Amino acid sequence: MKRYSVFALAREAARHHAGWERAWRSPAPKDAYEVIIVGAGGHGLATAYYLAKNHGIRNVAVLEKGWLGGGNTGRNTTIIRSNYLQDSSAAIFEKSRALYETLSQQLNYNIMFSPRGVMMLAQTEHELRAWKRTAHANRLAGIASEMVSPRRVKDIVGIINIDGPRYPVLGGLWQARGGTARHDAVAWGYARAASDLGVDIIQQCAVTGVDRDATGVTGVQTSKGAIRCKKLCVVVAGSSGVLAEMAGFRLPVESVALQALVSEPIKPVLDCVVMANTVHGYMSQSDKGELVIGGGADGYNNYTQRGSFQHIEETVRALIETFPLISRLKMLRQWGGIVDMTGDRSPIIGTTPVPGVFINCGWGTGGFKAIPGSGWATAEMLADGAPRALAAPFSLDRFTEGRMIDESVAAAVAH
Amino acid sequence: MLSLTCPNCGVTAEETEFAPGGEAHLKRMGPGADDAAFRDYLFQRKNPRGVHFERWRHAFGCGKWFHAARCTQTLEVFGTYTAQTSSVPDDIVAAIKARRPDWELDQ
Repeated sequence: MKRYSVFALAREAARHHAGWERAWRSPAPKDAYEVIIVGAGGHGLATAYYLAKNHGIRNVAVLEKGWLGGGNTGRNTTIIRSNYLQDSSAAIFEKSRALYETLSQQLNYNIMFSPRGVMMLAQTEHELRAWKRTAHANRLAGIASEMVSPRRVKDIVGIINIDGPRYPVLGGLWQARGGTARHDAVAWGYARAASDLGVDIIQQCAVTGVDRDATGVTGVQTSKGAIRCKKLCVVVAGSSGVLAEMAGFRLPVESVALQALVSEPIKPVLDCVVMANTVHGYMSQSDKGELVIGGGADGYNNYTQRGSFQHIEETVRALIETFPLISRLKMLRQWGGIVDMTGDRSPIIGTTPVPGVFINCGWGTGGFKAIPGSGWATAEMLADGAPRALAAPFSLDRFTEGRMIDESVAAAVAH
Repeated sequence: MLSLTCPNCGVTAEETEFAPGGEAHLKRMGPGADDAAFRDYLFQRKNPRGVHFERWRHAFGCGKWFHAARCTQTLEVFGTYTAQTSSVPDDIVAAIKARRPDWELDQ
């Protein structure tokens, strides 16, 4: 792989950019691999990269039904933060956020990590108390986040209306080293680095069945033929239920649509991420000037990657009260992604009832921020055959044992 | 946007008039059940890409619960039926089979 650098840029500028090579290889699938990862989204590609990088396991294939990063990795609102309430969540999300800090250098690919700060508004007394509790928990977990006053919120977020009639701002939970990154670049960067280490990324290859014998998994059936493997890791977010059905088990997961939208581009007005969980809306401004807006998930199972119109209306209506400036903006595009929701709104990383089959799913509405940490922890699990400390609390057993990692109450809606 | 017909009061309305209530025909486990059965009741869910049976409530209408048969891939609604049953009625099965000949009821 040719490294990207200022010298490479100068060299290519001098020869009409004819020397850039493809970022990753597109090989035909081999007959067998040690590890097959289903799903070339951020989590799957990060898992493949850390397997090769940290554990030296390079006989790995990543199978993707569509195109690389075309699912939720390319559909989210790119928010990165780690101020979670529960210890296990805080550990994996902070690991992830810390990896994001140097990911561009690590991958030699500019993922445009922008630690612009994340402000989570408290707009009811209950929310204020919940965020205070989270701030204390974060301090104990060693995560830099703090409660700030309404005045400070107004200083940081100039366009906000802090004394609205229905949703006054009573305070905020501020994580200064949270922010955003370019979501496609995260997938592309991991793909390029993993491919360089020998991982085969095979796009347009749908898994249609899982082969198993008495001892466990033996391979998969795909649209490009049968491929054998020793270990299979399913990292397919919204389609996890479908893949689990193929492998012969059921998950505590339901797939619903979550939507996002962007406005027409305007001059810079917002230099951090603002999340207003009481009114189901969160917003940041992209480098192009578009306001990137996310809202609540639909309440019913859905695989269409389209959401209900009333949720857009609810989100925008509420945001207009908090940010009167956006009332005249036109919305340009709207899209949906299929998110896999668990009962406690925490992810699942673990072994499954089928020996040799591992799963990473259930990130629900908040998976993008977790990509590096999730890949790191899943690679550890695939290398050892069992999860290490980072992933262990997120096992499937927790639903049998009643050992919930309850972020549904802690995080309200936006995650 | 979904259009649903409430079998209790006969009103056909858009989904904003209704509230979704999750998977239908869950079998409630009692205090004597083992951990796995209770987990299945509380958390394990059918999550099909295709025909799905759900509970809905006519929240801004008569307020009563009912069941709906719906496709999660196309959002087509095959029919709605009473909540006072623990199995899918024959006419709903027939309506689904008319649209999805390969589909088999799995209960």
